[in-house]
Amino acid sequence: MKKIEAIIQPHKLEEVREALKRIGVEGMTITDVRGHGRQKGHKEIYRGQEYQVDLLPKTKIEIFCRSERAGEIISAIATAARTGKIGDGKIFVLPVEEAIRIRNDDRGEDAL
Amino acid sequence: MKRLLFLSAISAAAGAAPADMAEAVKSVESAAASAQSAADNAWMLASCALVLLMTGPGLALFYGGLVRRKNVLGTMMHSFVLMALASILWAVAGYSLAFGEGNPFLGGLQYVFLRGVGMEPNPDYAATLPHLTFMAFQMMFAIITPALISGAYAERIRFSGMLVYTMAWLFLVYFPMAHMVWGKGGLLNAFSGGAIPCFDFAGGTVVHITSGVSALVAALYLKPRSGYLKEPMRPHSLVLSFAGACLLWFGWFGFNAGSALGAGPLAASAFVATHLGAAGGVAGWLAAEWIRTGKPSVLGGISGCVAGLVAITPASGFVLPMPALLIGILAGLFCYAMVAVVKMRLGYDDSLDAFGVHGAGGTLGAILTGVFATNAVNNALKDSAGQPAALGLVDGNPMQVLYQALGTLLAIVLAAIGSFVCLKIADWTCGLRVAPEQETDGLDLSMHGEEGYSFEA
Repeated sequence: MKKIEAIIQPHKLEEVREALKRIGVEGMTITDVRGHGRQKGHKEIYRGQEYQVDLLPKTKIEIFCRSERAGEIISAIATAARTGKIGDGKIFVLPVEEAIRIRNDDRGEDAL
Repeated sequence: MKRLLFLSAISAAAGAAPADMAEAVKSVESAAASAQSAADNAWMLASCALVLLMTGPGLALFYGGLVRRKNVLGTMMHSFVLMALASILWAVAGYSLAFGEGNPFLGGLQYVFLRGVGMEPNPDYAATLPHLTFMAFQMMFAIITPALISGAYAERIRFSGMLVYTMAWLFLVYFPMAHMVWGKGGLLNAFSGGAIPCFDFAGGTVVHITSGVSALVAALYLKPRSGYLKEPMRPHSLVLSFAGACLLWFGWFGFNAGSALGAGPLAASAFVATHLGAAGGVAGWLAAEWIRTGKPSVLGGISGCVAGLVAITPASGFVLPMPALLIGILAGLFCYAMVAVVKMRLGYDDSLDAFGVHGAGGTLGAILTGVFATNAVNNALKDSAGQPAALGLVDGNPMQVLYQALGTLLAIVLAAIGSFVCLKIADWTCGLRVAPEQETDGLDLSMHGEEGYSFEA
């Protein structure tokens, strides 16, 4: 099993969800996050006082899947979330040791 | 109903024998007087409510949006609690000390507990209004003035200290200043034989200079917020501030046009001057900001609107529409410079710019009132021959600019000393500044035990 963690531009969320729906991905967790990579932030000015804003709003998508599905999910996310500009985000893939469905104690891939 | 009475009185007069004529004329006169009184009273009661709206929710939203999220309720409470506290003090003693007959500096005690303030007019101030209406209108000014100061000590004052400071401040600064400018026999009251005759239609000195200067003293006394200029202290919701500023603009019609104390042409003149002052303020601030930083901000626009309104306040019942527009534009430019340039150079932490907008804009407006005041707008002041007196520089009375400057100076000195004394009193009795960990937690949690935004609920 794999965990796919994608950090994307917030305005790309709907496109990514559409793409995931088309390939039959049923579950995911979405979080509003803030952060930055190599992308520089921007400057804001309030009554003459300048603030450098480095932490920008991003959206994090977490999906747990069978290992063999990871490839197509990754390419679906990457294609949908790409604008080609700096700040598009990143996708990480992590191994998952165990999954448990709380309702009936299903284990492993059955619980996904 | 009044109209019916009026018509029947006229028809009675038309067909009456001479003996009944005098009676009929008397009844027409009394009907006309009561109709005017009703019209004036209707506008003034609406104005009272408009001025209250400026404090809550107007100012509360404006200031509440400018602070960080953890202080939104504490900041709104600073405005809201005064709607109760200042009203109580006003009814108990404030009205009497401001508008009772006393010496040139302070009123007497004949109206304490609102004794003798009833439905009959007080011709010293407003011959067509119930005395209660006049008292209530002035009460709303005593609420918003100390609330304006809260912009300077926001995000770091103890609630108890704030209450003591404000109570003392009303007695030491506001009641005497209101008496000097507007009270019968007041030192600065041009319409009541004051030694230094000043024009202050709706509170440039009484409201904005006193609160702005007191705010600066409070900001200096309290020291900057912890992390000032090191941590980001961005406004948490300019959307709230925007709504608040628009309510201020709306309520200000009551503040200024209501200060005509009637529904006549002077109210219309003040209404238009007020609106053009606000419009000019927006234009001035936005232009300065656009040129200097390359972007016209929403916060700049709403700050400029308040700056223009502040500056036009003392002038609103004395100036023509075009000078009103000019006063607004100059206020937008001047207050922007004070807030964006001068404050940065001097390094004091006036959290929400109560001084930069109200102190600076009020001073500018008070002086310019001396320049642009004209008897073409306001002919209440007569010269020795009984003709309308020359008011400002444009009427050929350059001395007025000097009187305005003297009145401004007096307001600045009284506010600076008074505010310092009140801060000391509050510091000794309750303590003024919250503990560092309370400041970190935010005033909502540490002072009031609640949060403005609960995302789990």
